[in-house]
Amino acid sequence: MAWKAKAVATLAATVLLAGAVQARPITWARTGDALTLDPHSQNEGPTHNLMQQIYEPLILREYTGKLLPTLALSWTVTSDPTVWEMKLRQGVRFHNGNPFNADDVAFSIERALQPTSDMKGIISSIDKVIKVDDYTVHFKTKGPNPILPDQLTNIYMMDKEWSEANNTVTVEDYKAKKDNFAVRNANGTGPYSVVSREQDVKTVLKLFDGYWGKGQMPLGIETINYVTIKKDETRVAALLSGEVDFVQDMPVQDIERVQKTQGLKVNLGQENRSIFLGMDVGSADLKSDDVQGKNPFADKRVRQAINIAIDREGIRRAVMRNQSKPSGMIIGPFVNGYTEALGKAPAVSPDKAKAMLTEAGYPNGFSITLHCPNDRYVSDEGICQAVVPMLARLGIKANLVSQSKAKHFPTLQNGESEFYLLGWGVPTYDSEYAFSFLHHTRTGRFGSWNSTRYSNPDLDKRIEGLSSEVDIPKRNAAIADIWKVLQDETIYIPLHDQLLAYAMKADLDVPVSPDNVVHMKFVAAKK
Amino acid sequence: MNDARLPSDVHDPAPGKETSATGIWRHRLALFRDSDLWQSFIASRLVMAAAILTALLIGAAFLAPVIAPHDPYDLKSLELIDADKPPAWEEGGEARFLLGTDDQGRDILSTIMYGTRASLTIGLCSVLLAVAIGLSLGLWAGYAGGRIDAAIMRVADVQLTFPAILTALLIDGVALAIFKRYTLEGGKFWILVMAIGLSYWVQYARTVRGVTLVERDKEYVQAARLIGIRPVKIMFQHILPNVMGPVLVLATINLALAIITEATLSFLGVGLSPTEPSLGTMIQVGNKYLFSGSWWMVAFPGLTLALLAVAVNLLGDWLRDALNPKLR
Repeated sequence: MAWKAKAVATLAATVLLAGAVQARPITWARTGDALTLDPHSQNEGPTHNLMQQIYEPLILREYTGKLLPTLALSWTVTSDPTVWEMKLRQGVRFHNGNPFNADDVAFSIERALQPTSDMKGIISSIDKVIKVDDYTVHFKTKGPNPILPDQLTNIYMMDKEWSEANNTVTVEDYKAKKDNFAVRNANGTGPYSVVSREQDVKTVLKLFDGYWGKGQMPLGIETINYVTIKKDETRVAALLSGEVDFVQDMPVQDIERVQKTQGLKVNLGQENRSIFLGMDVGSADLKSDDVQGKNPFADKRVRQAINIAIDREGIRRAVMRNQSKPSGMIIGPFVNGYTEALGKAPAVSPDKAKAMLTEAGYPNGFSITLHCPNDRYVSDEGICQAVVPMLARLGIKANLVSQSKAKHFPTLQNGESEFYLLGWGVPTYDSEYAFSFLHHTRTGRFGSWNSTRYSNPDLDKRIEGLSSEVDIPKRNAAIADIWKVLQDETIYIPLHDQLLAYAMKADLDVPVSPDNVVHMKFVAAKK
Repeated sequence: MNDARLPSDVHDPAPGKETSATGIWRHRLALFRDSDLWQSFIASRLVMAAAILTALLIGAAFLAPVIAPHDPYDLKSLELIDADKPPAWEEGGEARFLLGTDDQGRDILSTIMYGTRASLTIGLCSVLLAVAIGLSLGLWAGYAGGRIDAAIMRVADVQLTFPAILTALLIDGVALAIFKRYTLEGGKFWILVMAIGLSYWVQYARTVRGVTLVERDKEYVQAARLIGIRPVKIMFQHILPNVMGPVLVLATINLALAIITEATLSFLGVGLSPTEPSLGTMIQVGNKYLFSGSWWMVAFPGLTLALLAVAVNLLGDWLRDALNPKLR
């Protein structure tokens, strides 16, 4: 019996010791699941969040905002300003064991440029990818593109052989609901491989044995149970009961409670995402208002009146529970083009606003329908509800229609809303991204999220000119000029930048990333 | 019924001033006092308490614009600075907000009054719709039998596979396509009533059909058929009173269910606007604030709904027993 006890003791000691150095499992809860596993099918935050664990881009953006060499080791512009040269990392393997090389890069970029790809808008400046040798590629762009590396941080690398063998060379047509092998299966170079996946319920990932980053990164998490818990109170309850280790979408009202709970902590940080109101400034007449024959939003004075009537501080305090930073711009301080002067929230002045509205010819205000999502941004419905009384005191009667994001976004994209709430993040950290999606006239690949019908041909030309301007100071001056015009026009009413709160067990430390995309490979387990 | 008019005229002639109409009413009241319904009502204190409670709640709801201390639908009066105040007796509470305020600075007490009005109207209308459809189809299926029965019940089975939310979204979509742009308040109200009503009729139809199958072979129905009474009359005058019991019980339970369904639909953007909260919406929003300690946001509306459901349920039970011909 003695030897048996000894053996058990030794075993126990080994397990304890192993526990001290080895990785731990984690259950990670979010409001919504990734829409698909096809890496080029959807340019959506929660989708990227899961994708970044399984697949990898050439260049990664760290939570500090810095660019980090990942599958590409270096990137430089060659003597030809339209050609970028990138050296690739050697010895990288996909989950199926295939080696990663230049052919995979050329294949993946071409795939991401396909018509059904949602990533094509970001990298549309790429003309073609040329393989120089197995670990060197040239990116030929349509014109000089100084910010190409910033645009590649969400373009994932796939295995050419695997894609061809599994008949998944074409990107999933998400709108037509035509799926392919890559929607439910994955083969990336990332730190975690997919063990099982049940859409909208649970995805199980495990640390990939052949990962190139072993020894270079903490890799403190061994298995990930990525679960979807839609209801705020259920998600928090799961964390409090210990069932979940990490909640990425922490409801603002419960932060204090979790902070006060033993064994739990909350990491706070600013997100690269601004929340704002948009309105139809381009139509001759609005359908949902009570003004006949003209569009009140077309009058700049009306927009400016609304801008100074909104009490952003009040929203921060009551609705956001201090988890927001009131803003005067629709981009955050991370983004190139932001200035503190423009980004300062305008002073609240209901009297002046009322006078401006009277001057514009609406002394008694008007009525309008306001569309709002209720499951996309932090306290989104609460923000809209708080805005309505502020407008009411101005005389503007806003009828609030609050709906799920599955209904809200199509409403905007189909041009059916004349007054709405939207949030916008800038993954390239450059104003051009916001300009081309939100301000450029809606045509071709431009303006797909510009539901304001704002159209300024002169400005459009200047926005398009940005992508080929290589002289950085000149380009920055052009960006500043465009902002000057837009801020004066007040096409959007900026509200605030979101702050993010990640809640987790005390032995974990997941830093808040401005993109709200977590890279679990950088997380160490302390136990 | 013919002799009903007589006694008051004979025994208690109106002394000049009184018209014969009031005399009739007075007599009817006397008859009502003698009826089983009234006797069973005053016999049970519980039922009386439930009736008083229901009357109070309904009264408070429909007199809300007159008696509520604040008007939560008057958006101009809402101030964010008033948000999240606890009830008056708690630390930090204010006397002008007796039961505290919600996340938008609305007075909970006033919002409950206004919200109960919205919830009750939608709940009652949708339950009435469901009962009307379910009762008629159930009677018809049970009485006619054969192919009609099979057809109606298969439709009911199909309907049963659609959850209320799906039905509501369907109706919302169709309504939007037909009317292009419905006026917000009125349109939304009827869509809600239709959606909830249409998704709950099956329960009534199934129950009624089951009882009807049993009743239609009994002697009294056969007798009625023999003397040539029309089927519709047999169904509604002879069978109906015998199937009302379970229907009333179901209806009272479904009233509370309908109120909660309305809240779910509002979340999806099909229901009422969040700027005009119903009882269900208040509970749903309040749920979010339970962990943060703002218990009053869900406790008071929840209590109101629970009281309403219990009171209406008790009344339903009593009505079932009082009206059931088998218990006489």
